[in-house]
Amino acid sequence: MNAVKQSESGQPGQPAASMAGGIEHARVSREVKPALPRFRNEIGKYRIHRSSDCVNCGRCAEICPRGVHTRPGSYRLLMRPLDYRCIGTDCAKTDHYCVKACPKGALSISLNRTFETLGDYRWTPDLLISNWIMAETGEAPGPHLESEVGASGGGFDRLRLRFPETIPSDLRREDISTSLLLNRRDDSRPKLAIDVPWYGGGMSFGSTNINMLLGKARAAKAWNTFSCTGEGGYPDRFIPYADHMITQVATGLFGVREETIQRAPIVEFKYAQGAKPGLGGHLLGDKNTPAVAAMREAVVGTSLFSPFPFHSVYSVEDHKKHLDWIAHVNPRALLSAKVSTPADVDMVAVGIYYAGGHIVHMDGSYGGTGAAPNVAKKNIAMPIEYAINRVHKFLVDEGIREKVTLMASGGVRNPYDAAKAIALGADGVVIGTAELVSAGCNRCGNCESGRGCARGIATTDPELLKMVDVEWCTQRLINMHHAWREILIGLLHRLGLDSVAALRGRTDLLTHLDYEDA
Amino acid sequence: MPEKFHIHTAPVPPRHRPVGKLGIVDWREDCSNCHNCVKRSCVYGLFRDEADALREEVGYLDYIYQCKGCLSCIQNCTKGILNRVVNPEFKRLGDGHYTPDIILSTWFQAETGRIPVSGAGYGGPFSGPGFDAIWTDMSEIVRPTRDGIHGREYINTGVCIGRRLQRLSFEGARLTTVSPPVLESPMPVMFDVIPEQFRRGVIPQSITRAAADIGLPAVVPASLLNDDYPASGSIVPWINNAAEADRFPEARMAMISDGPDVLAARDAMKQKSPDRVISVRMEASPDAAVRIIQLVGEGVEVIHLVFTNHGLEHAASNPRHMRHVLREVHCALVKSRQRDEVTLTASGGIAAAEHVTKALLCGADAVAVDIPLLLALECRYCGECARREQCPIEMEKVDGNYATQRVKNLMGAWHQQLLEMMGAMGIREARRLRGEVGRCMFFEDLERDTFGRIFGRRKQQAGVL
Repeated sequence: MNAVKQSESGQPGQPAASMAGGIEHARVSREVKPALPRFRNEIGKYRIHRSSDCVNCGRCAEICPRGVHTRPGSYRLLMRPLDYRCIGTDCAKTDHYCVKACPKGALSISLNRTFETLGDYRWTPDLLISNWIMAETGEAPGPHLESEVGASGGGFDRLRLRFPETIPSDLRREDISTSLLLNRRDDSRPKLAIDVPWYGGGMSFGSTNINMLLGKARAAKAWNTFSCTGEGGYPDRFIPYADHMITQVATGLFGVREETIQRAPIVEFKYAQGAKPGLGGHLLGDKNTPAVAAMREAVVGTSLFSPFPFHSVYSVEDHKKHLDWIAHVNPRALLSAKVSTPADVDMVAVGIYYAGGHIVHMDGSYGGTGAAPNVAKKNIAMPIEYAINRVHKFLVDEGIREKVTLMASGGVRNPYDAAKAIALGADGVVIGTAELVSAGCNRCGNCESGRGCARGIATTDPELLKMVDVEWCTQRLINMHHAWREILIGLLHRLGLDSVAALRGRTDLLTHLDYEDA
Repeated sequence: MPEKFHIHTAPVPPRHRPVGKLGIVDWREDCSNCHNCVKRSCVYGLFRDEADALREEVGYLDYIYQCKGCLSCIQNCTKGILNRVVNPEFKRLGDGHYTPDIILSTWFQAETGRIPVSGAGYGGPFSGPGFDAIWTDMSEIVRPTRDGIHGREYINTGVCIGRRLQRLSFEGARLTTVSPPVLESPMPVMFDVIPEQFRRGVIPQSITRAAADIGLPAVVPASLLNDDYPASGSIVPWINNAAEADRFPEARMAMISDGPDVLAARDAMKQKSPDRVISVRMEASPDAAVRIIQLVGEGVEVIHLVFTNHGLEHAASNPRHMRHVLREVHCALVKSRQRDEVTLTASGGIAAAEHVTKALLCGADAVAVDIPLLLALECRYCGECARREQCPIEMEKVDGNYATQRVKNLMGAWHQQLLEMMGAMGIREARRLRGEVGRCMFFEDLERDTFGRIFGRRKQQAGVL
């Protein structure tokens, strides 16, 4: 609530002065600060109508604790209500319900018609707006939103955590650890650990706005976690955050050089990605600007293909050769392999471990931050919820579960999904879409249309690039990480667990609404 | 490298204003006429460009069809009075099977010949009825059969329709086996009969011409064929009796409905033209498998199973989806060691490219499409024609070239999607998709093997068939 109060004077659409500079500093703090929406009219669940009966008495502005009604400084008239902050008719139970308090009866609340058209089965309007609130305030969204599950009718959306009736009385929230160890092998490489059980997925320079990528990197640094280059190369502007940047080696090998490998604490091999499993990547010629082409060592304006799969990997032995090559070039790096979820995903995971991998990263098909054929997104490879538990169990049966870190991605929308994925058997999760949504993505799906993203997120258009400010984006993500962690700690506390590591594989703490014992 | 199969696509703009999904509405009162929405905000320049320019570019003008729903104008509106709505006309399109989204996607493919692509992951339901409860497999590493985007060149989508020999026989060094006739189709897709209410203007002829251009067999009732609608090599006449077959000497395949005299009719036709493939058309029903085993035992070389428009069998109660029936028939044929003696084609409810792949994985050799061919001509599937009312988009007036190219575009896009799915599966021959359940995953199996192990029994009513 504090965060909202602080922002009372600010208006959405006008970045506060402190954020306008755009100066990159390698030092970033994880302090939550309000990061207001970019547009004049942020979309919320409700709309408030103030009729012409209003006499500008200011009563509503006095009582509203959420900053919906404001009258800054010496203004005589009230500002237009910031109705996206309104919690709706739930407020009627409180003593600060503006509709009732208005002496002239000039206020009314209705459901926002635009709200109803937002999102889809996975990212429902409630989930999108919940994310935006977390990114703005760093706090959990209110109970007026269904911020836990979507409406897909299966998987995470039908799984629920099962909370015990009593928890250890000496368990304090502040003692709960959300740290995640990434290197579980007994080798000479660093025992890297991150402070939250998630890191940012790969988005390539060329597909995504550099300002967004920098925001991701800076937030990762603030929260001692990671972001990933994607396969578009390693712009010099990432160097200040090198300790929190994963270098991705994908099939196009764009921008993969000795120095970018040597700089990285983790090197990720992207075999496949969940949104287009078994298909290659494709950067349209329009997006291949001079800067992108230079980074990828390619010709400006040509379409760039990132073929599927690695043309040098025909077997698990070839995969080992790949990992050995990187291990030799950078003796400090942890090795990760990102794969999709085929029927034999369990064998693939074991193969990654025996070839020397530290991290097995499985990517399911509900994620993906770029454009992909609809037919692939919908139909190819199994949902991540199944894959997590199958792989976890297989690794346990093989006796190597404690030697490898299992990361899941592709459809992890919020901290509840993260907790469920971990309970199913993952060590942690990788997020991508949630980060984009924090920066204002509304999942319209037009990443590839015309000049690109209307939010300036998935674009290289010079004019649209300016729509995202690095500082603003950083703060939105820092706030999101904070809110997620607070929610996760709340869940762990209610589960009676003292660390997120203790949740791993605890399927006994889950229930599925479609099963008889639920 | 052999000559590559390719469907030549070319953009064909719609004749009528398409029905779009999202639109922007406002309350006119309170608008300050600042024009921020129309001049500055729209990233796609939809409002900015003059109407004429838009018309020139795409040949029609419609904000609702083109609005991408990005919310820019709404969120930048000075007064905050704009709203986004889902077009009520869009919601009324189609039915529960041919959904508004499928119709819009079909229009896009017929207009452009391209694969529908979008960003931001899959937003649909977790699973669903029928084919939506199947996921196809992929493989992480190179196999000799596939090589990423370049390997697509080597994928063969062709299938054979007709009996396959189990063995060759020789007398000394001389081959004595006579090969049975076989029809080759470059895609595992045929065109099925156009429902009667759609036989208007030049629609049937134009669709048949598209089939001929691509090389796909097209089933046409024999009674429709005359001097104005002549039978060509790609047409499969659906005849009533053996004598009628004589009218179509050029037809390489003919279709006859199942019935008490079907074997006699088949024999009579075979005697006159042994090189013609004969397909027996029957409704998919709970006893289909038994009847098919019987017919195949009598030497029937092609069975064409007809499902309802929603892909269900014809049954009084609890009709099963095509995927269950195809699995049952396929497995029965495998068990009786007759699978290769017959080609199984299926029609009814094939609404999208993925249904082709999935029907094959469940056991069909090829599918036949009907409704999507009409959706390609901008049909809204409103049902007015079935009620003998006037068609709101006057389909009887379509131009032949327009219709042929739209259908070719749709098939071109479907072919590309078939390649995508086969490439990911690592299957190089469409022939090998048939019954290859090892390369797909069923919802029920995944649930049972994963969540069933953890949570026990699944509730009955929650089961998705």
